[in-house]
Amino acid sequence: MKHRALLIVAGLVGAVTLAASLSVAAAGTSSPASHATPAKSAAIAPPKVPNAAAIKAKYHGQKITFIGDSVGNGHVRDLKLASRFSTDTGIKVNVVPHPAASDQAYADLVRNFSQKSSSIDVAMIDVVWPGAFAPYLVNLKPKLAKQAKIHAAGIVGADTVGGKLVAMPWFGDFGLLYYRTDLLKKYGYKAPPKTWSDLFKMAAKIQAGERKTNSSFSGFVFQGNAYEGLTCNALEWIASAGGGHYIDGGKVTIDNAKARTILDAMRSQIGKVTPRGVTSYQEDQTEHAFTSGDAAFARNWPYQYGISSAAGSKVKGKFSVTVLPHGAAGTSVATVGGWQLAVSKYSKHQSAAIEFVRYMTSKPVERFDAIFNSNVPTIPSLAFDKAVVRTNPYLKPATASVARVARPSKFLKTHYNEASKAIYQGINQILNGASASSQLPQIKSKLQQILQGA
Amino acid sequence: MSSVATPAPVPRRRRRTKLHSRQARLAWLLLLPALAAVSFVAIYPLGKTIYESFTNQEFLAGITPTKWVGLHNYRVLFHDTFFRNSVIETVKFTGITVVFEFALGLIIALVVNSSFKGRGLMRAVMLVPWAIPTVVAAKMWQWMLDDTFGVVNDLGVRTHILSHSRAWISDPSTSLASVCAVDIWKTTPFVALLLLAGLQVIPRDLYEAADVDGASKLQQFWRITLPLLRPAILVTLIFRTLDALRVFDVFYVFFGQRPDTQTMAIYNQSTIVGDGHVGYGAAISVAIFLIISLFVVIYVTFMRVTEE
Repeated sequence: MKHRALLIVAGLVGAVTLAASLSVAAAGTSSPASHATPAKSAAIAPPKVPNAAAIKAKYHGQKITFIGDSVGNGHVRDLKLASRFSTDTGIKVNVVPHPAASDQAYADLVRNFSQKSSSIDVAMIDVVWPGAFAPYLVNLKPKLAKQAKIHAAGIVGADTVGGKLVAMPWFGDFGLLYYRTDLLKKYGYKAPPKTWSDLFKMAAKIQAGERKTNSSFSGFVFQGNAYEGLTCNALEWIASAGGGHYIDGGKVTIDNAKARTILDAMRSQIGKVTPRGVTSYQEDQTEHAFTSGDAAFARNWPYQYGISSAAGSKVKGKFSVTVLPHGAAGTSVATVGGWQLAVSKYSKHQSAAIEFVRYMTSKPVERFDAIFNSNVPTIPSLAFDKAVVRTNPYLKPATASVARVARPSKFLKTHYNEASKAIYQGINQILNGASASSQLPQIKSKLQQILQGA
Repeated sequence: MSSVATPAPVPRRRRRTKLHSRQARLAWLLLLPALAAVSFVAIYPLGKTIYESFTNQEFLAGITPTKWVGLHNYRVLFHDTFFRNSVIETVKFTGITVVFEFALGLIIALVVNSSFKGRGLMRAVMLVPWAIPTVVAAKMWQWMLDDTFGVVNDLGVRTHILSHSRAWISDPSTSLASVCAVDIWKTTPFVALLLLAGLQVIPRDLYEAADVDGASKLQQFWRITLPLLRPAILVTLIFRTLDALRVFDVFYVFFGQRPDTQTMAIYNQSTIVGDGHVGYGAAISVAIFLIISLFVVIYVTFMRVTEE
């Protein structure tokens, strides 16, 4: 009798726990707001691997692990390409998505390299990391120098450390303003905002109107969480207001009047034209809010274009993209992002891994990525490809030629992650209510201290 | 352990000594595996951490050679406002959650200890929050507390308890409260379970005798239940306090790297893994170890006093 009661109890607890975990796991893959699926997946298939027979003869049966994308449809794309590569070459590719917050992805790689682990063969690395990871990466120059020539010279330069090509450009990124064309028209605006104060005004008016029918509607969403994405967002605000780039010419410049003004202006809008919770938003939350029709304006990377215009998106055909607004006396800018593929020095299958990188960074694959996942190709000639431009209107010169600003990784080298943390933690505090004048001096002294060690 | 190992008092006869030394040798032999295991899993890592805390070791050690820096890390740590802030935040969290979990846990334990219909089911249901993995529970609550689509705000606004949606987690004025609420929701069942075990060993006849003597239920609680429950209460409080001081998962899911809501464990992790400062991170680990030891010493002394 006692035993039976115990069994029932144990069973019940188990069942409820399982149900709860499953529902959360399911929600984790699809997210609370219903997620749009890419409509173009049927239209374009992963390209064939060139020279597959020769690769197959040499490396058939080897297994490699690829640390890939996790934001938007990035993981789906990785799986499709890896499966095509495996079918053609007989090299098995185990695709593991990295953490969505890139500073966490960085920490994972640090752990792997510090343990000299052979469990990673190929990894995607952020444009600000080659300096930190160069000693742990294979020089790709002997095998991929020819392919590197078709990529943008600036990015190849960033991936070259001490004369060694430690990574291959994979896709580019820059900040864009997404806006609802239908709502702009409805509220009598002819063009998207030019300045940040225009944006706040328009967002406030649209939000006031839309809240009557949709209580979760917000004027503007962006990435305000304390993570790498906020370092990128805030760089755009400050640089577009003429407040510098955190560190300029080796000197810490973050604490200046223009930076204070724009940061305080942003703070004053939190919970007003943005959701109060925007200070914990990353890319995915930003994209969900916009794609489910709950935001008039959003700052995000190009990948969102594909998701927001896919079947199932509530804003399909109702939005467009343009350059980000600027401060009263400044010009529009966009933070340079982008991802590279690198081969670990501790990989046991370096040659097979390099073949995978060769395929993934080839022109046909970048074309596939641009169309399937609306990512920015790192091969300039693809910007003239009609199909690519049709699916990625942001590649039009008016948007794509916006001035790029870079995060200060070249001054900070291996200390970049720590410095970026000081920046995004301080700015997150400002957005959460602290005044810019209380935080910027602290960030400044921390950055100076890190620079001395760099 | 120590009573076995202490050498015997000065022996009078030789045969006795032989026997004793043989026994002592056997005792040591029997203790050896346990000692080996403890030194391998506890003493060695702790010793290594203490050693590293006197160096400037970096995660990517190939870049900067490791050097002995003496007390430098501790001097920096002493003036580190982020660390001080994380200690305060963790202690606040510990104080709030332990008090609430204990009070609610005791009430629940008393209720499920009395006999009523469906008691078995009640005991099962009460364990559900504790059975859900913390990260899963934290993620669930993060969505429930969201300011745009969260169910808590939705219900609150509909029933006019809230005038407008609130960002419970993002807003610094409610972030500590929300994380405490989740921990209390999750861990109260565990406290109740420990206290229930304590309640079940109290002999029934004590209450019968008290009934005969005409003691009220309240008197029975203060004079019988509480004193006899004391050992269980102390174990529970030690468990919960030490657990709460090491908290990582709920805070990590809720706040990530947000600086004003970092616990000691999160600051430690982000220093070592994020910044790559192994040496400095080791110093933080040692400081955390000392802080937690302080609480253990307080509790153990308190327990000794009550035993006597």
